Amino acid sequence: MKVACPTTLAEAISHKALGFTPVAGATDLWAHWPVRTANHDLSYVDLSGLHELRGIAWSAEHLTLGALTTYWDTMQDSRVNAEFPLLIAAARYVGAIQIQSRGTWAGNIANGSPAADGVPALMALDARVRLVGSNGERTVPLDRFYTGYRATVMGVDELITAILVPRRTYSFTAFEKVGPRRAQAITKVGFAVAHSADGWRVVANSMAATVRRCPSLEAILNASHPNPPAEPDLRAAASKDLAPISDIRSTAEYRTEVFARLLRSTLATMTARP
Amino acid sequence: MLRLEGLSKLTGAERYADDMPLCDFLWGMTVRSQSPRGRIVDIRFDPSVDWSQFTIVTHRDIPGCNEVYLIEKDQPILAATHTRHIHEAVVLLAHPDRQALRRAVGKVKVIVDELPPVFDPRAPLAPEQLQHGTENVFKALEIRKGDAAAALTAAPVVVEGEYATGAQEHVYIEPNAMIAWTDEAGVICVRGSLQCPYYVLNALKHAFAREADGVRVIQTPTGGGFGGKEDYPSIIAVHAALLAHKSGKQVKIIYDRDEDMAATTKRHPSIVRHRTGVTKDGLLLAQDIDIIMDGGAYVTLSPVVLSRGLIHAAGPYSCANVHVRGRAVLTNCIPHGAFRGFGAPQTHFANERHMDRIAAHLGMSPVELRRRNLLKKGQTTSTGQVIRDGVDRCELLDAALDAARYDARRQRHAEFNRAHPYLRRGMGVATFHHGAGFTGSGEDYLASKLAVAARSDGRVEVRSASTEMGQGTLTVFTTIAAEALDIPADRVVVANPDTHLVPNSGPTVASRTAMVVGHLIERACDDMAGQLGAARGLSSAPRGGAFLAALDAWGRENPGRELVGRAQYKKPEYVQWYDKTYQGDAYATFSWGAYVAEVEVDLRTFSTRVTDFVAVQDIGRVLNDTLAAGQVTGGVVQAIGWALMEECVWERGAMKNNQLTNYIIPTSFDVPEINVKFIQSPYAHGGGGAKGVGELPMDGPGPAILNAVADATGADPCELPLTPERLMRLIPSGDAP
Amino acid sequence: MSHDTMHIAFTLNGKAVEIDVLPHERLLDTLRYTLGLTGAKEGCGEGECGACTVHLDGLPVNSCLVPTFQVRGRDVRTVEHLSPALLAPLHECGATQCGACTPGVVMAAAWIRDNSHLLSRFSIRELMAGNLCRCTGYDGIVHGVERLVASEQGAA
Repeated sequence: MKVACPTTLAEAISHKALGFTPVAGATDLWAHWPVRTANHDLSYVDLSGLHELRGIAWSAEHLTLGALTTYWDTMQDSRVNAEFPLLIAAARYVGAIQIQSRGTWAGNIANGSPAADGVPALMALDARVRLVGSNGERTVPLDRFYTGYRATVMGVDELITAILVPRRTYSFTAFEKVGPRRAQAITKVGFAVAHSADGWRVVANSMAATVRRCPSLEAILNASHPNPPAEPDLRAAASKDLAPISDIRSTAEYRTEVFARLLRSTLATMTARP
Repeated sequence: MLRLEGLSKLTGAERYADDMPLCDFLWGMTVRSQSPRGRIVDIRFDPSVDWSQFTIVTHRDIPGCNEVYLIEKDQPILAATHTRHIHEAVVLLAHPDRQALRRAVGKVKVIVDELPPVFDPRAPLAPEQLQHGTENVFKALEIRKGDAAAALTAAPVVVEGEYATGAQEHVYIEPNAMIAWTDEAGVICVRGSLQCPYYVLNALKHAFAREADGVRVIQTPTGGGFGGKEDYPSIIAVHAALLAHKSGKQVKIIYDRDEDMAATTKRHPSIVRHRTGVTKDGLLLAQDIDIIMDGGAYVTLSPVVLSRGLIHAAGPYSCANVHVRGRAVLTNCIPHGAFRGFGAPQTHFANERHMDRIAAHLGMSPVELRRRNLLKKGQTTSTGQVIRDGVDRCELLDAALDAARYDARRQRHAEFNRAHPYLRRGMGVATFHHGAGFTGSGEDYLASKLAVAARSDGRVEVRSASTEMGQGTLTVFTTIAAEALDIPADRVVVANPDTHLVPNSGPTVASRTAMVVGHLIERACDDMAGQLGAARGLSSAPRGGAFLAALDAWGRENPGRELVGRAQYKKPEYVQWYDKTYQGDAYATFSWGAYVAEVEVDLRTFSTRVTDFVAVQDIGRVLNDTLAAGQVTGGVVQAIGWALMEECVWERGAMKNNQLTNYIIPTSFDVPEINVKFIQSPYAHGGGGAKGVGELPMDGPGPAILNAVADATGADPCELPLTPERLMRLIPSGDAP
Repeated sequence: MSHDTMHIAFTLNGKAVEIDVLPHERLLDTLRYTLGLTGAKEGCGEGECGACTVHLDGLPVNSCLVPTFQVRGRDVRTVEHLSPALLAPLHECGATQCGACTPGVVMAAAWIRDNSHLLSRFSIRELMAGNLCRCTGYDGIVHGVERLVASEQGAA
């Protein structure tokens, strides 16, 4: 096993280009580490020494989360709490403090799990991912980041350096997570919903091979706005957008039914508001 | 008294097996079968590995019998010719580098000619699936009282039901751990995480063909057991000892969590059918109960788990006609074994759910149905055992309902449920009992021994093989001895269980430690105090200050010596048990419980949250408030897990979700504060007046919670765990919020 | 950049430490097997049970999920660093039974005590959800933390 501990982004990128696996919070990569002996033969590039990836920054247009920003960093930030309660709601349901203190938003994106809790919240806010590689920098909308199960558009030499979240006025946001218990659990059914002047966003996790936006649901929500769509329409749209599976954690039947019930109930809380 | 070893645990100073500094030792690991059933035709060692660096043990290296010493000796220590379940141990490896060892384990392939396995204990058998006796039945048992068949025929109302429970993993937080070596005298020694030192000792004797003086077992601080370290550590101890014996070095085996969950025992899954005859006003006339337990691939403890399940199956109710039949059946699954409650939680679940369904059938309140049938003093259980002692069962029930504000809350729930779009609240009750100590003539057969030594340093040492695994043995034994002699607790020490130094006080199981072994402490103290009195020429056995003065004087005259008081189990005179007919006093006494659960079901997600829980029980005299309450809160939460979320997912008889990410136990955020109350009634034959407490709290929560879900939703759940996926199928889709 | 062993320096329980570690070592392994600090326990190796909880730069982390090479230059505190006197409330309330989860529980509890302002936003039960306990049913732990926080506030 080889480990590189660079202090500059350029060094880190050159290792990534050589096939080194980036490590930030290690909460996914190091799980079951002793028994995953094949992983001990890989090479790793430690990102934790890259100070340029740290920090939460604000501009007129964006909240910028440096790639090493942890869930706890955002949960402790009063400005993020005030302006992006959706992110806080998601962060709160990622593991418990021991995971929140280490897990990073960018790692959650890069790991590519369809059950990721941070990704739907970011995607519902139209977040973009800043990638830096040997040939420079580009920014990819998060909803175009995944190409399939645990597959992304990232080049072999690219690293996520930051996440850009547009600052908008939201009339409604909601995050729902259904796990096998109330805390410290992997999501069986989940979604983030947001409404702004740019329209509706509905993003589901654990409902398909990737975290994904739900274009049909968004379309009927936009069409019926400000009223919620009829339930049969919601269910029909969800079935177009999503492809839940049965696995060790739940069943396709359960995921389908609970997604519909929870989404309907969530939208009802919006319209119930004065 | 505060937990004696509490500070040592809180500071992290307590040394568990894997914490002990070792020099020049090898790590040991296990190569396991990947086939549920078949003939072993070859074991292939990948030539890319330099095997000369490893100690390799197969069944051929076993000096004695290749049998795990337990009730029946049908389980091999290492599979020799056949394998009966996935993850069965076949080869052992040892190496100084743990990572090299982990890699090497994957480079050994056990080649098996597959034979047809059995996974469903109820499926009809093809002849080629037979592996035990003529029907793959490990044990069949029956209890008869009166004439249940005739009474059922005559009964005005008959209610039937079928109930199922799933396997449960213990999830002791310290995984299995064992260290073995051969000492200078050639004695094979092991120390490790275990509940029953003498079980391990017997296993070593049998496997190494040695007498007791050629083997030695020492318990290390044990990070939870719950039955999971009752029988399985015998296997790990023999494995470690075989590697140590062959390599001539110290060998340490620590199971990774994945391995521990995959390879070790679970709670027996069960299917229980009830046919019950009742009068229209709810008096039980006949109970006909049929029990199937999935024993897994080897007998292990299945016969006694089945037995306890049978004896508790009719519940704490009076009924003149009872017929209970039970079978423990082979499947090619990992062997199911001991788990807190030991068969009783399964049959109590069935019976207590069934009581609610009978009540619903009769249009009667489930509380009233129970009140009319709960055993009163002088009435008899299904085995004909006369109830002689304990708090009146209706008093317990009333105390529980009162603490739960049952009626007021149910009224509020009715209003809440009418108004709320998707949340439904409900309450459920369970009344139950748990026999303390070994079943039937078990305690007589064990004939447990205990010693108390008065030492010349002025201290009194309790010597028993009963282990501390978190339940409080050290503290409770200290209290019992100090009370028996009327001396300060700091004059009492409890010896660490070491088979070279302590007598066999029996296994640390069956809620027997405080009650049965605790009583032996009192009797051994009497014996020892009598000897001291005689040695000092006193007219009676001294107590209190007189005892300490006598001991100090004796100690000055006899430096380095000790006076040893002894006791051996004698059953209380009233106890009569007939093994052939399964009648009589199945236990010397019972502990009793009445639990009330409140739940909230979310009809959007079908998830159930326990929002309030009241646990009222009679466990005799409470020896230590904090420890006893801790047993109840811990047991209740373990049972909440079993009831709602803990599900073993099986694939070809192997646990597929053998990770804590996928096998879900409750966190602090998932459970409410448990409202624990004791109504005390000292038991004359228990240590300090105590009865058993360890297992009782596992029996009630499952049915109380599912009864509450039925109350909240109108669904009729009959299977544990009631996962949201399962509940969804029971709630009509028309109920969508 | 390629290492058979890696030389790292960090602060452990207030003291500077410099050691050679293997690249694949987890902080939990380094603490237990190299440095002899066996308070932190391995309960699962997958970041679920919290028995291996230590403080890294003042925050609770699962040391089974921390590659040791990542603690270079950082501050690590383990259960061995805590003053036993602080543990009395946990002891009195029955927060420990078998003790295997206890060092992790204690580290989470100590962090809550030091950050009691969090209790306006989070319940103790939510903050303790990363520490699985199979013995106590959590009441002893929750009561112990309540008392610990109260005693700290009383002392302040």
